[in-house]
Amino acid sequence: MSLFLIAALPFLGAVFPALLIRAGRNACASAAGAVTLLALIGVLVNAPRVMAGGVVTAQIDWLPQLGMNLHFFMDGLGMFFATLILGIGLLIIIYARYYLSREDPMGQFYAYLLLFQGAMVGIVLSDNILLLVVFWELTSLSSFLLIGYWKHLPAGRQGARMALAVTGAGGLALIGGMLVLGNIAGTYSLSEILDQKELIQSSPLYLTALILILLGCFTKSAQFPFHFWLPHAMAAPTPVSAYLHSATMVKAGLFLMARLWPVLAGTDAWFYIVSTTGLVTMVLGAMIALFKDDLKALLAFSTVSHLGLITLLLGLGTQAGALAAVFHILNHATFKAALFMSAGIIDHETHTRDIKRLGGLRTLMPVTFVIATIASLSMAGIPPLNGFLSKEMMLEEISHTTWFDSHWFFPVLATIGALFSAAYSFRYIGHVFLGPVRDDYPSKPHDPGAGMWISPAFLVLLVIAIGLFPEAVAGNLVRTVTDAVMGEYGDYYPLKIWHGVTPALYMSGIAVVGGLILLAMHRPLDKGWIATPRPEAKTIFDGLVGALTRACRGITDTLHDGAIGRYAAIFIVFVLVLGGYAFSSGAMGPQTRPMLEIEVLPAIGWFGLVAATLCIVAFHRNRLLSLVLIGVVGLVVTMLFNYFSAPDLALTQLSVEVVTIVLMLLALNFMPKTTPRESSAGRRTRDVLISVAAGLGVGGLIFAIMTRGFAFDTISEFHLANSYKGGGGDNVVNVILVDFRGFDTFGEIIVLGIAAIVIYAITEAIMQTSVRARLLNRVPDQSVAGDAHPLMMVVVTRLMMPVALMVAAYIFFRGHNLPGGGFIAGLIAAIAIIMQYMASGFGWAAARQHFPYHGIIGSGVLVAAVTGLGAWFNGMPFLTSAFGYIHPPGLEEFEWATAALFDLGVFLAVVGAVLLALESLSRYAWNPNIDSRHPMDINPSRDDNGRVIRKD
Amino acid sequence: MELLFASAIGVLTACGIYLILRQRTFPVILGLSLLSYAVNLFLFATGRLSVGAPPILQYGVETYTDPLPQALVLTAIVISFGMTAVIVMIALSAYLSENDDRIDMDNPSEPAKDDA
Repeated sequence: MSLFLIAALPFLGAVFPALLIRAGRNACASAAGAVTLLALIGVLVNAPRVMAGGVVTAQIDWLPQLGMNLHFFMDGLGMFFATLILGIGLLIIIYARYYLSREDPMGQFYAYLLLFQGAMVGIVLSDNILLLVVFWELTSLSSFLLIGYWKHLPAGRQGARMALAVTGAGGLALIGGMLVLGNIAGTYSLSEILDQKELIQSSPLYLTALILILLGCFTKSAQFPFHFWLPHAMAAPTPVSAYLHSATMVKAGLFLMARLWPVLAGTDAWFYIVSTTGLVTMVLGAMIALFKDDLKALLAFSTVSHLGLITLLLGLGTQAGALAAVFHILNHATFKAALFMSAGIIDHETHTRDIKRLGGLRTLMPVTFVIATIASLSMAGIPPLNGFLSKEMMLEEISHTTWFDSHWFFPVLATIGALFSAAYSFRYIGHVFLGPVRDDYPSKPHDPGAGMWISPAFLVLLVIAIGLFPEAVAGNLVRTVTDAVMGEYGDYYPLKIWHGVTPALYMSGIAVVGGLILLAMHRPLDKGWIATPRPEAKTIFDGLVGALTRACRGITDTLHDGAIGRYAAIFIVFVLVLGGYAFSSGAMGPQTRPMLEIEVLPAIGWFGLVAATLCIVAFHRNRLLSLVLIGVVGLVVTMLFNYFSAPDLALTQLSVEVVTIVLMLLALNFMPKTTPRESSAGRRTRDVLISVAAGLGVGGLIFAIMTRGFAFDTISEFHLANSYKGGGGDNVVNVILVDFRGFDTFGEIIVLGIAAIVIYAITEAIMQTSVRARLLNRVPDQSVAGDAHPLMMVVVTRLMMPVALMVAAYIFFRGHNLPGGGFIAGLIAAIAIIMQYMASGFGWAAARQHFPYHGIIGSGVLVAAVTGLGAWFNGMPFLTSAFGYIHPPGLEEFEWATAALFDLGVFLAVVGAVLLALESLSRYAWNPNIDSRHPMDINPSRDDNGRVIRKD
Repeated sequence: MELLFASAIGVLTACGIYLILRQRTFPVILGLSLLSYAVNLFLFATGRLSVGAPPILQYGVETYTDPLPQALVLTAIVISFGMTAVIVMIALSAYLSENDDRIDMDNPSEPAKDDA
């Protein structure tokens, strides 16, 4: 099966449980299980090739320019982890089916679980470190969903947030580290990076990359001092804990350390950072675990401790260390998943996880007892179980490791760790199952149905099988994986139980005996432990997060104090400073373009524009007057466009001007008609200074641009040359809009549509509030015209309507070759309709308008999109236009172009957007008390009571 | 002529910015409109000024003005209408709900309560 399919299956499959939950919980769980099983089969089908030393690959180039590609490969390490992830995933899915109660949304659970599983499989199969980082982040996100699955529990939410904060922060460091690593190696392809040990380790950036990558690994794998999130993540349902903390999430960090082992390991920095962190984590985790009364907390800290052990082994940088690490990853996954599931069973049946309330379950829950005991003994390192084998290998390796010239530091600490590890494992058995049967369990305990114990039972069988026949069951696998970790074929001794009397055996013996003694002394030790003051990680974390939040809030509130005028001033001054810096630090070329002669007409226009603009500022307190003046400015700008060879712009500006003024007039109707004088003289002086400086800057800049030629050839020549040949139109501006840059235009009509819909939404929201009542009771602040709908205006606008629409059609059709086009035609058509609203009233016009404006916007965008998609059927890219000519008999040559259809979309979108905006605004003015059924106040065919006189 | 054009853009910008720095919504909207004119003229002028050379292809005519800034500005004009409409709407709705058209907020946001 292709690696793409294996990686994609869980993601695709995540849909099924979410949907099939409607068909019942069994269908839901079966779907999740079937998907996982299929992916697992996919991995196993490829297994023989990998075991023979081959590598399975699958590659698609995604963004080769960025070095980011969908490259997957599966060697021994990838296969090993993929099998663990999918295999244990399958067992968890079975277990969770019986664990979750009827109230829990099971569809969501399996969907999250499969997403997480897919992200994990993606990590272990990625052959591109950027792709790996993407999957890495996905595991952080999906594990957040899983840990916080019980949304109603504050502990669940907090635990999820903490896990996300810690692993997410580590993920950021990892991204940095991976980029540095890729930069050193000159490639982001993992298999190519793995060949460049010398290059990477001799780079001055090696240490940076190493530390950043290790930060990612340590946070993910809960290494000291980032271990604290893991116990808090125990607020998740037990299947999640069993999955995330035995075989997957926390192993991702170990996986990455193993994956990058060939290029990162073997240096002093690697040894001291990794192995010391691992050792400290191992001892600390084991110590805390012994004093936890919550079953899952005990297991959580024991997981921290075992992760530390594996990190320690990887940190040694030796072949035997890697072999032991791989072996222990396998063993830990088996016994820890089984233990978590057994803890879940106890919780499920007795309704408590507090060890102090348990005991004597041996006879009440015999099946669980057997499973949990075997798994615990393996965790304690008791022969002949698999935990013993890998722990023995670890101790053997440690016994001849020196740390800063000290021969005893590692062995002693490792023995202490193993000792505590044995102690809490024994406690799990002794204080839960042994001892007298109690009569105060919260619920009467008994063994659950087979559905719940079958998964842990299977794992426990593996624990025994690997323990008894290590070479036969796991020998080849562990060696293949270790080869993959080391990146070379190693020479190994076979896995076996008995190595003779070695230092490791003594250390193991001390650990087991010491563990038993510790357990016997648990009660006084526990009292001492509780009495000892210790730093509480959660308090520190919460304090840190709180301080960070306060600092951010302080900065935000200081900068963002609600004075918008201040922000604008800061912004403008900042841009001015930047511009001034750019001007002073650059060199301006000489003037290369002769200026045009000043002529009379534009000089008059200039005078009108400047005078009107200055008058706006001078009289801006009189709002109506400034609106008139801004109309003048708009008209002069229109004329300027026309004078300087831009007829299309002139047409557009003119029609937009009409719509804008209507809009502002409508708004002004409800607002105060004057602006009070508020700002102090000082502030006004400041504002004048800022704005004059900005005006000088902008004016100077454009003057400099206009008096200089183009620095390089413009792309406009291309457009002029190809407008007719390629686009079939003479009006180059229109051809650019609907053809060359059609995609931009497509975006713009969407933006315009969104703007109109935003306006509609604001109106709707405001009309739901008390504003509506206030509007209805509003007393106009100005005298109302005697004629609401003057006869002359009504008649004229109606007569003009067909004419205006005809003009719009004309402008639309000629647009490809002469000034015009969809934008302008749309505005003209919109104005024609607005005139009806203005003359005959909102109610009258709205009653005669049968198409909702949202629909018109939508159809415009759709028409444009469908026209663009049409190009695909010709095998051309999106929005490629086609055109041709037909000769209808007796008529002139007629051009057809798909661009016209696109322009029709633009037309519709513009009409819809303009009208929706104005219609929304006029809804404020609409008042049911005003009779707007009759479009004219004076109607000869109506008597004074408003009844139509029948002419019988 | 370039000097006139540039000075007109400068005046539009300066007046637009002065109005944007006022404290009521309506002058700010006027200022934004003036600034839109200035920006559109600015973009248009980056194609350099020419008289009597519209970019409409005709037989025998060789020189045309730069069509690309025109296409950009055409959509910019329409989009700036959309933007103005949204801002007018926000300003009007704020005035109607609060009976106040000042743009500055009196009290900065209260610190939100931490979610447990």
